[in-house]
Amino acid sequence: MSAGPEAWAGRRLGAGPGGDDEPGAAFRVVGKALPRVDGVQKVTGATIYADDIELPGMLACVLLRSPHPHARIRSVDATAARSLPGVTAVLTSEDLPIRFGPLPISQDEEVLASAKVRYVGDPVAAVAARDEPTARAACKLIEVDYEVLATVGSIEEALEVPVDEPIHGDTEIGNIHRFVALEFGDVDEGFALADHVREDVLFYEGSNHLAMEEHSATAVFAGDQLTLWSSTQAPHNVHRVLSKVLELPMGHVRVVATPHGGGFGGKVDPFAHEVAVAKLAMVTGRPVKCTLTREEVFYNHRGRHPVLMWVRTGATRDGKITAMHFRTALDGGAYASLGVATTHYTGALQTATYAIPAYRFEGARVFTNKATCGPKRGHGVPQPRFGLEIHLDKLADDLAIDPVVLRQQNFVKPYTRTVNGLRITSSGLEEVTEKVVAASAFRRRPRPVGHGQGFAVSAYLCGAGFPMYLNRMPHSEVNLKVDRGGVTVFCGATDIGQGSDTVLATLVAEELGLARGDVRVVTADTGLTPVDLGSYSSRVTFMAGNAAIDAARKMRAILVDAVASRGGQPGAAVRVGDGGIGEVSFEEAVALAEEARGTISTSGSYAPPKGISGRFRGSGVGPSPAFTFTAAVVDLDADPLTGEVRVNKVFVAHDIGRILNPVLVRGQVDGSVYMALGEALMEEQSYRKGLHHHPSVLEYKTPLALDMPAIETILVETIDPEGPYGAKEVGQGPMLPVVPAVVSAIHDALGVWIDEVPVTPDKVLRALDQRAKGGEGRVGPRRFPDIPYPPCTKVSPDAATASL
Amino acid sequence: MLRLPVFSYLRPGSPVEATQMLADHGGRAKLVAGGTDLLPKMKRRQLAPEVLVAIGHLDALRQLEVSPSGAATLGAGTTLSQALRHPALREQQPGYLEAVRVVSTPALRNAGTVGGNLCVDTRCNYYDMTEEWRSAIGFCRKAGGEVCRVAASSPRCWAVSSSDTAPMAIALGATALLAGPDGMREVPVASLYADDGAAYLALAATEVLTALRLPASEGWRSAYQKLRRRASMDFPVASAAVALHLDGPVVDGCRIVLGAVASHPLEVPSAADLLVGGELDDDAIDRAATEAARLAKPLDNTDLSFPWRKRMVKVIVERAVRQAAGRA
Ligand SMILES: Cc1cc2nc3c(=O)[nH]c(=O)nc-3n(C[C@H](O)[C@H](O)[C@H](O)COP(=O)(O)OP(=O)(O)OC[C@H]3O[C@@H](n4cnc5c(N)ncnc54)[C@H](O)[C@@H]3O)c2cc1C
Ligand code: SF4
Repeated sequence: MSAGPEAWAGRRLGAGPGGDDEPGAAFRVVGKALPRVDGVQKVTGATIYADDIELPGMLACVLLRSPHPHARIRSVDATAARSLPGVTAVLTSEDLPIRFGPLPISQDEEVLASAKVRYVGDPVAAVAARDEPTARAACKLIEVDYEVLATVGSIEEALEVPVDEPIHGDTEIGNIHRFVALEFGDVDEGFALADHVREDVLFYEGSNHLAMEEHSATAVFAGDQLTLWSSTQAPHNVHRVLSKVLELPMGHVRVVATPHGGGFGGKVDPFAHEVAVAKLAMVTGRPVKCTLTREEVFYNHRGRHPVLMWVRTGATRDGKITAMHFRTALDGGAYASLGVATTHYTGALQTATYAIPAYRFEGARVFTNKATCGPKRGHGVPQPRFGLEIHLDKLADDLAIDPVVLRQQNFVKPYTRTVNGLRITSSGLEEVTEKVVAASAFRRRPRPVGHGQGFAVSAYLCGAGFPMYLNRMPHSEVNLKVDRGGVTVFCGATDIGQGSDTVLATLVAEELGLARGDVRVVTADTGLTPVDLGSYSSRVTFMAGNAAIDAARKMRAILVDAVASRGGQPGAAVRVGDGGIGEVSFEEAVALAEEARGTISTSGSYAPPKGISGRFRGSGVGPSPAFTFTAAVVDLDADPLTGEVRVNKVFVAHDIGRILNPVLVRGQVDGSVYMALGEALMEEQSYRKGLHHHPSVLEYKTPLALDMPAIETILVETIDPEGPYGAKEVGQGPMLPVVPAVVSAIHDALGVWIDEVPVTPDKVLRALDQRAKGGEGRVGPRRFPDIPYPPCTKVSPDAATASL
Repeated sequence: MLRLPVFSYLRPGSPVEATQMLADHGGRAKLVAGGTDLLPKMKRRQLAPEVLVAIGHLDALRQLEVSPSGAATLGAGTTLSQALRHPALREQQPGYLEAVRVVSTPALRNAGTVGGNLCVDTRCNYYDMTEEWRSAIGFCRKAGGEVCRVAASSPRCWAVSSSDTAPMAIALGATALLAGPDGMREVPVASLYADDGAAYLALAATEVLTALRLPASEGWRSAYQKLRRRASMDFPVASAAVALHLDGPVVDGCRIVLGAVASHPLEVPSAADLLVGGELDDDAIDRAATEAARLAKPLDNTDLSFPWRKRMVKVIVERAVRQAAGRA
């Protein structure tokens, strides 16, 4: 199926400011390398982060956390803690009996555990005291009587019959949290058509987000209004949870997301400490703050799921994929979090880069007694992307086809539908591939032992097509206030460091013909700003950006109209730009409009269009109004004597749609490369008997600035018909191909396959040893466990594309 | 945030006064120089001395002298960065500085001192953790408990000697100057250490290390090889310091000292002896490196796997020997 861009979108290709006809009409602010609007404050230390908040009379909150991975709570006695001088209040589970969670279908978390604890770090009590040392001392006085239960420590253990009892009481089979089983097209027939079929088993270890800023929240309860400042990525989620658990109307709760020292998905979920400080503020009548330690951040987690993968692909002799069967098993940790979505994501985007005619996906998420996994940059996609790309490298080897050519032959074409119903629009997949291969001289690379290059591609969403809770409201809303006081954009979007405030200011300035500094941005305050669903799934530039353009265009029309009617000209003759509207200055135009209409404010909103997904159960995860495409080549040296890997350079070509600000875009690519190298070579959220190995930033290894290789970023503009001025995303996509490209480059350098990340020096040596002894030269999981997946729901091609 | 426990901070006017203060407070006081090792450990409540006796400010400990022959005396309070910038030291003691250069990060080298690095605490993955973490698993021997988490049946602690400069100083034949209540003494650097992860220093509790003395090179060549996950910051998980003296093609002196594979810097004379008296051919180097690796007994208490670390000792000794030999 293929149709031109026009058939796919309401907006004209390349529409410039004001929706001008000319494609790419001259931009004045968009595309310029301007510094971020909050940059100076951040580098001079002026920014007030959540933990910088100090209020008169403020109390410090510390959570008492479980030292056991799995235990029943027989009793909690806080008497001694309550009578410690300086302690104002101690909460236990009776004070907060209502459960919560980020998704309506997984409300399985308690603020404070009542009957059992499920991981080391599960909160049991919350203390408010005059200062942190007193609160910590009080925690030591709380007596918790635990009955220790057997620990479930791995995917394999979670698949066994529980020794004592399942971690959660409501699972159908043992510790299996969730299944997904879907089949698109006739997979058996697809395999029958294949000349060659290959199977691989791979593993991707879990990792923490490691945002520089630890989570922190401060609450005030005054009158009957609760205000919470928190380093959250999704104030809307926290708002809903506070209202539910504290039984306060939404209108009595205000959540303000403070400037961030990084999120990466680790601050999307609502957390126990956020609810605890709110409740403590209500109970004590004093402001209450809780700032987590680094160790607690590792326990809060919601990071990358460890995923075990099995993939089977059939292909013709000349490398055309005929069918694919992909299985995943996710180690979810103790609670659900967004794990249902994660599970779907481990199967959803394989088809976004390769035209797979028949596709079967079976996924299972299990509960274990470890910190809860959730969304981390790429949310459920980096793991299968790693598995898929390594698998295709091997398939190319089997068929003696160049790995780039094998992929190119199967590339998804722009403006098509995938077999699982994803609507693909603009795509620079061909172009990013050509550019990255050329820039890295991949085809002409030298091949001495120890030096290698690896290549991979990927696709990612520009915002989830559906909200976390079912509703038909906009995904992002913007109010624009223009008057004698200036121009202010109000939007619920949260700048977590990715630069979304800068993007909003850029887009509004562009539409109104102003300099970017003329636009004030107020964001992420549920009491002041209209709703935005949050900073996740690379949705903010796309969705809040479109909402901002919508509001700004309406404002522009009002101003143009005011100026035109005064001069008796047609609106079309009024030029907007350089700080003026037609013949008059912007300020004068505003005065004219205010005279004519009173207060002027406009609003805009964005919801993804209908018809971007198929119609089947589970079709809600994966679709997006647009996709980005990335290709990467990693160049490295691997030491055959030590197994150590040194990355020399990473080449990333990314289809950005349109560059709104090259500084921000490159920053996101750099950050993505950093994160990918960490996951490929070092990071391990790993445990020994349920206890995190190393919840410390010195022992948990991640690359530092001085470890970073050179990065060459190549940006390809495809001007997406749905995106704000054609822009797409860059927050997550560019990290995806880097991980498999590292592993592929190690194979190129030394001839061994490390089918699991992180690749450590001893794994490389083990593989080399094995090969020296005549073995296959591979380190990775031996087998994929037997998982009692339910029968696949068969989705016919018609249903997959039903909503077209 | 992890916060420091409450403590008193004393600023003596001289090293002798520092030793007096240590004596006055018995076991409740600890010296602090740059604090880059001690303070993080206090935040994690691995140590909670009631009194800190500061020595970083003492001019008497900041001298840095290089004699015309090349012998050098570095005051214990000299920062690692000061040592790295010193022109005569760079000229005369490149081997020592090679080890200094790979200590930690630039920021930590600006604060960390020559003496602090020699006295840096031993490390263990079960010990260098917060109090909460250690209480979840139960306190180990080094923290006053009854068991070792690494070698459960062992009566001692196996925490790892993690100083980069100590193996090198020993290989170079350096000595340490100590001030105590009874005056000064000068000892070989090797004798600063005890083979015990818990009580790793052989100094008296009242003694202050005042200076490190590096002999003139007199034709000795040296090299330092360090393994770690991140070249930007990490402690060694295995290292090798080699000093060689050649008479024409024949080795007539050799010292090999391993770091981070035992609770003290591990000198391996039986490996060095395999090189002395012969030419430096591949065979000899291989035999010496193999012997060094045989003697290394790393346990599973640092980053990266311990079988890998043991095996790597051979590689790094071999590389250090070749590197040293190649230097003028
Ligand atoms: C992130 C990080 C990475 C690190 N990486 C490395 C590394 O790669 N290699 C490495 O070797 N070290 C490393 N260190 C440890 C430390 O920073 C250095 O060893 C540093 O040189 C210690 O010096 P200091 O002056 O800060 O010691 P301090 O912290 O002041 O003291 C350390 C110990 O020595 C004692 N002490 C200090 N001075 C004297 C003296 N004159 N006489 C007697 N006792 C004394 C103190 O009582 C204390 O027990 C690292 C530390 C951190 C936090
Ligand atoms: S080696 Fe044993 S006793 Fe020593 S610090 Fe480690 S676990 Fe504790």
